[in-house]
Amino acid sequence: MIQIKDLHKSYKMGSNSLHVLKGINFNVKEGELVAIMGSSGSGKSTLLNILGMLDLLDKGTYDLDGVPIKNLDETKAANYRNKFLGFVFQSFNLINYKTALENVTLPLYYQGVNRKEREATALEYLDQVGLKEWATHLPSELSGGQKQRVAIARAMVTQPKVLLADELTGALDSNTSKEVMTLIQEINQNGKTILIVTHEEDIAKMCTRIVRLKDGIIMEDKKNKMIKAI
Amino acid sequence: MKRLFDKDTWQEIFGSIQKNKIRTIITMIGVLWGIFIFITLSGSSKGLDNGFERAFQSIASNSIFIWAQSTSLPYAGYKSNRNITLKIQDADVLKKKVKGIKFIAPRIVAGVFGSAGGNIVRGTKSGTYAIYGEYPEYIKIATSKIYDEGRFINESDIKYERKVCVIGERTQLELFEKDEDPIGEFISINKMNFRIVGVHKFVQGGGFGDDGDIYIPFTTFRKIFNTGDDVAFFMIAADEDIDGVKVEKEIRTTLKQIHKVDPNDERAIGGFNLGEVFKKTMDFAYGLTFLSLVVGIATILAGVIGIGNILLISVKERTKEIGIRRALGATPLEVRTQIILESVFLTILAGIIGIILGAFVLSGINAYTIDMTDFPYTNPTVPIYYILGALALMVILGTLIGIIPAQRAVSIKPIDALREE
Repeated sequence: MIQIKDLHKSYKMGSNSLHVLKGINFNVKEGELVAIMGSSGSGKSTLLNILGMLDLLDKGTYDLDGVPIKNLDETKAANYRNKFLGFVFQSFNLINYKTALENVTLPLYYQGVNRKEREATALEYLDQVGLKEWATHLPSELSGGQKQRVAIARAMVTQPKVLLADELTGALDSNTSKEVMTLIQEINQNGKTILIVTHEEDIAKMCTRIVRLKDGIIMEDKKNKMIKAI
Repeated sequence: MKRLFDKDTWQEIFGSIQKNKIRTIITMIGVLWGIFIFITLSGSSKGLDNGFERAFQSIASNSIFIWAQSTSLPYAGYKSNRNITLKIQDADVLKKKVKGIKFIAPRIVAGVFGSAGGNIVRGTKSGTYAIYGEYPEYIKIATSKIYDEGRFINESDIKYERKVCVIGERTQLELFEKDEDPIGEFISINKMNFRIVGVHKFVQGGGFGDDGDIYIPFTTFRKIFNTGDDVAFFMIAADEDIDGVKVEKEIRTTLKQIHKVDPNDERAIGGFNLGEVFKKTMDFAYGLTFLSLVVGIATILAGVIGIGNILLISVKERTKEIGIRRALGATPLEVRTQIILESVFLTILAGIIGIILGAFVLSGINAYTIDMTDFPYTNPTVPIYYILGALALMVILGTLIGIIPAQRAVSIKPIDALREE
């Protein structure tokens, strides 16, 4: 599903250049649930941003489901993100003046799906994350776990090829984290490829594969016997 | 362009506008105020314009009064301070020599300028009124109206020196009972019987005269008062498309030649050019209109800039939202379109409310001033093309000013926007 070859990325910090990713080679097969681990500064978020087309790579190649991701301008990147990827963030990133349902419909809006279909689909996905009754609530009326589940529904609603999650349990307590991870595992069981950036061992152990990054290179990449979240 | 007519686009915009009420209101006040000022000012200046026009409507707008005074310079053997009297023959000379004279009405009067008026008697009632010797041309220049049943002095009255007269409204009130028809009745002017042929309605205009004036044929007048060929003053109407000032100058020059007055004598021939006064007044009104246009547009501009400012702040506030939208697949074009449409929509909405408020205020002023006939203010209206122009201006400015925050919104990278907490 994902093929990355010799990926380099550096940031200009004034006159210095910070070499963050120093040659990453990394493949993900369809249906994998991959945890990307590493301490802060290891480059794991940068890697996720490049995978998410939120950031551009300096050198190397990136293929997503056979599509070479290159020469991205903003419009092309936006279209690819919309078609191929679902995002889940640590701080949920729901739009605070839109209801749960409206938040979930947003990616479909940008796909040009008509309103009725959009709302029906979104409601279906909210139902899958167990929040059908909360559809008309604003994010401020939802708990952290509920918000994250809305965010997951929003990420899934376009049926993306890959789900990218950045510290998705970072703002949640351990019980809620487990609930959210259960949901993630279910989605994975249904065949979705998921990448999770995390620094929590517990979370990583709930994945089928753990990739450890340190100082911009992959230190370790091994299969993991997935532990059920609950 | 397809996006513009998409219901969903507007739902997104309404959503974003509705959910940020305070921001929306503050943004709108600026433009609302601008367009309100614009409409009120231009409507008021139009009202003033109409008011001036009404004030001048009683008299042909390019009419000229010419009278004679005493000379101020010696000329052709005559000493200065010689009194000049205009003669009836002058009228023919003027008509022949000066181009652009439409009508010329020689007039003579008893009862103004210090002379004694006529003693009018009817039965037991009597009074003293100013008596004018008139030619039929007078009624074509002045806009005193003759009531329907009657008529003004005509050519045969002049020819046969008939003893007929046109009386004023006030004269009628003072000499007749309320339900009496004065037409055909006789009154005595200086012990001579005159038949009344008309009643004139006096309209306040330039010059002198009032609603008690009695008009009799010029030829009859000069016989009664023994004035010979003397004329008190000429009332002249210039052709509509001709420069009244030039005509007046030529008339004066011609009269100076006839009466052997130094061409440089500024005093001997007096004149009053209503057209010139009218033009000056209208120029003043046009100036006001122009000023109100400039002020109004400047105020709109300030309001629209205010919208741009607030949208710029709101884009900063919404950085994260914009980042989320972009992560979810909003293209830069879509983000830009949304911000610009928000700007244009707010501008137009505020504009329309401003227009409505302005119209209310104008109709309020109108209702208040409608009975004040002395106040030069009538029917304040704003031409529709002003309103359409203002709306077009607002759409253009709204778009232009929206481009700035829209560009800012697009220039923020989604990754930076999402990182911002």
